[in-house]
Amino acid sequence: MGASMEKSMLIVDLQQQILQWQGFKQIEKKDYGIGLGELEKAFPGHVFPVGTLHEFMMESNEEEAASSGFIGGLLSFLMQKDGVGLWISSSSQLFAPSIKSFGVDPDRIIFVKMEKQKDILWALEEGLKCEGIRVVIAEVQDIDFAQSRRLQLAVEKSKVTGFVLRLKSRFRGTTTCAARWHIRPLPSYVQGDMPGVGSPEWEVELLKVKNGNPSRWQVGWRQDQFEAKRLVLSSKPIYPAKRKVG
Amino acid sequence: MLKRYAVLWFPFLLTDWYTKHNPQLTDTPFVFAMPERGRMCVSAVSPLAAELGVIPNMVVADARAAIPKLEVLQDNPLRKERLLKSMGLWCMRYTPMVSVDISGYLILDITGCAHLWGGEEAYLQEIYLQLKQKGYEARIGIASTIGAAWAIAQYGQHGTIIPDNVQQEVLSTMPIACLRLESNLLERLKKLGFRTVVSVMQIPPQVLKRRFGEDLGKRVRQALGEEEELITPLKPVIPYAERLPCLEPIRTAKGIEIAIEKLLGMLCKRLMGEGKGLRKAKLSCYRVDGKVKYIEVGTSRASAHIAHLLDLFKQQIPTIAPGWGIEVFVLEAIKVEEAIPTQELLWSGEGNLENTALAELLDRFKGRDTHCRIRRFLPDEHYWPERSIKLATSLTEKRTTTWRTDRPRPTHLLNPPHPIEVTAPIPDYPPMLFRYNGEVHLIKKADGPERIERAWWIEQGEHRDYYYVEDDQGRRYWLFRLGHYQGDRSANWYLHGFFA
Repeated sequence: MGASMEKSMLIVDLQQQILQWQGFKQIEKKDYGIGLGELEKAFPGHVFPVGTLHEFMMESNEEEAASSGFIGGLLSFLMQKDGVGLWISSSSQLFAPSIKSFGVDPDRIIFVKMEKQKDILWALEEGLKCEGIRVVIAEVQDIDFAQSRRLQLAVEKSKVTGFVLRLKSRFRGTTTCAARWHIRPLPSYVQGDMPGVGSPEWEVELLKVKNGNPSRWQVGWRQDQFEAKRLVLSSKPIYPAKRKVG
Repeated sequence: MLKRYAVLWFPFLLTDWYTKHNPQLTDTPFVFAMPERGRMCVSAVSPLAAELGVIPNMVVADARAAIPKLEVLQDNPLRKERLLKSMGLWCMRYTPMVSVDISGYLILDITGCAHLWGGEEAYLQEIYLQLKQKGYEARIGIASTIGAAWAIAQYGQHGTIIPDNVQQEVLSTMPIACLRLESNLLERLKKLGFRTVVSVMQIPPQVLKRRFGEDLGKRVRQALGEEEELITPLKPVIPYAERLPCLEPIRTAKGIEIAIEKLLGMLCKRLMGEGKGLRKAKLSCYRVDGKVKYIEVGTSRASAHIAHLLDLFKQQIPTIAPGWGIEVFVLEAIKVEEAIPTQELLWSGEGNLENTALAELLDRFKGRDTHCRIRRFLPDEHYWPERSIKLATSLTEKRTTTWRTDRPRPTHLLNPPHPIEVTAPIPDYPPMLFRYNGEVHLIKKADGPERIERAWWIEQGEHRDYYYVEDDQGRRYWLFRLGHYQGDRSANWYLHGFFA
């Protein structure tokens, strides 16, 4: 009995070490609970990885809006107190007042509009190196492995979290991002038989999680909080053609 | 402090310039001519023509009659001024204070400059020889007053240097014209028999003033150093500037970087000592071939942080073409502001909008892509969606009103709204379906209408009736109808945004 306990302790210890080498930081759960509940179990150590890169795949404008809303919810936890966020894009369509309903002060986000993809990537890297900000969000269509590795190196030195928004991306290869998300709108949540549009609901799919378990969840935003519920993997795949196996 | 001035007079400025560019004219007497009161008058004379007796302001026909082979060229009234200015800029290497006199002189304030060339004698020779090499004939005079130096340059022997406090002795024997007087006053004085300066100096000042006006007395006092004379510098002297001459011309990016770091070190030390920071700085690189290359950086907040400013300059180093090398770097702080004293923190802060690292990051963005737009939004008291936000003027500007959350607002707003086709059952009901980008969206849930009127004091037009709708696949949209329903035409519907 004692031997098996010792063994499992050893394995846990080794797993921790591997995670550290892979760029994950030891984070106390009580400090950085993101409020995603059940969804956080998909990540290594059951903690939402802060201080790393996340990428969001988006296929249409509707999905882009849904992702923005979901990110708004994440920001409300990441940008607590006086934190500042940076939103770099080439089109800048986010309507600032809307994210107030997700608990973020829009005036604490600085919007940067740059024309070239190269400049946006550069700005993202510079932003990730900067200690003065909490979150950098960048709209980049395509990012390859080498580029994402540069970003990963920048992020390892600071505590900044990076979100890469990839609208209609053509390249779906591997990147160094800690998680790859795909968010689709679901019919809104309405209590009882009330008329009208209710609070937003999304189908959140984690396509890839480094050292975690990819799966699908139904996430809603109700009363300034996330509510996540695991979806049973149905037989109907969402993106049969584009999604790679493995 | 004892002032010293040098006055440069170019007797053949225009013609020297012309011969330099057209060497075939070296052995031909030629003049420049300009129309004056309906006839052509000589405006500039070449040395050969001057020897043959042609003088400025002579009628061209007379000059031609005297010298048949005289070449006459058309003059441009602005040419002389432009040439003088460029000569003045060239002279900036000898002193930072250079002033241009349109009548053909350069006034150099050489206080504290001559010893760098080994005394005034050597300084004067250096300027003279350099100009000679460039092909310009110059007469130079050095004295403690502008008036005395002018007199020496124009009427004295070339290369005369008047030591301090002996202007009176030297000037007294000079002709009265050396006092820089107007031509009619000069005529009157000549008529009355005043030939030398001493003859004027003997007369009491009150009498001079009564007979000849203020000007004569003032000029005499200025020449003798009893009254101060001010000059307007060609380029205003920038109080915060540093200079770095290099032993060897610099051609590499790393070399330029080291030079900038050195200059910034000197400048920032001074700025910090005075509690200031720079907002705009300019680096001028003087190349061996005489061309000057500039780069400029700006910051959003007064800064004297060397590492940050160096980063900003580094982004622009590739734009400098070093040619055969750069011999002198000059760094000027064009815009300097009081730095806001930041309280030093014992531990590094979590980061907020007042963070210096953030301001420096944004400066770097601006330096990399000058067209990039950095914006921060604040709420504005308007219902009209496009007007409900305004741009913040600074990073630290506080909002004057709260962000409203009582009405649904989309996360993505289309600008301008996208026209769509809609099927609506009865007026003021939400539509049943709409067509957008070739796809039909069946509406399952809807909220609204929310009527938003235009602000009549800003613009004219129809109101909008907004509906918050959700289609059968759970996608949420913001639609609006422009204006009222009218029997004779179909209503205009638009898609204005996407909800989360």
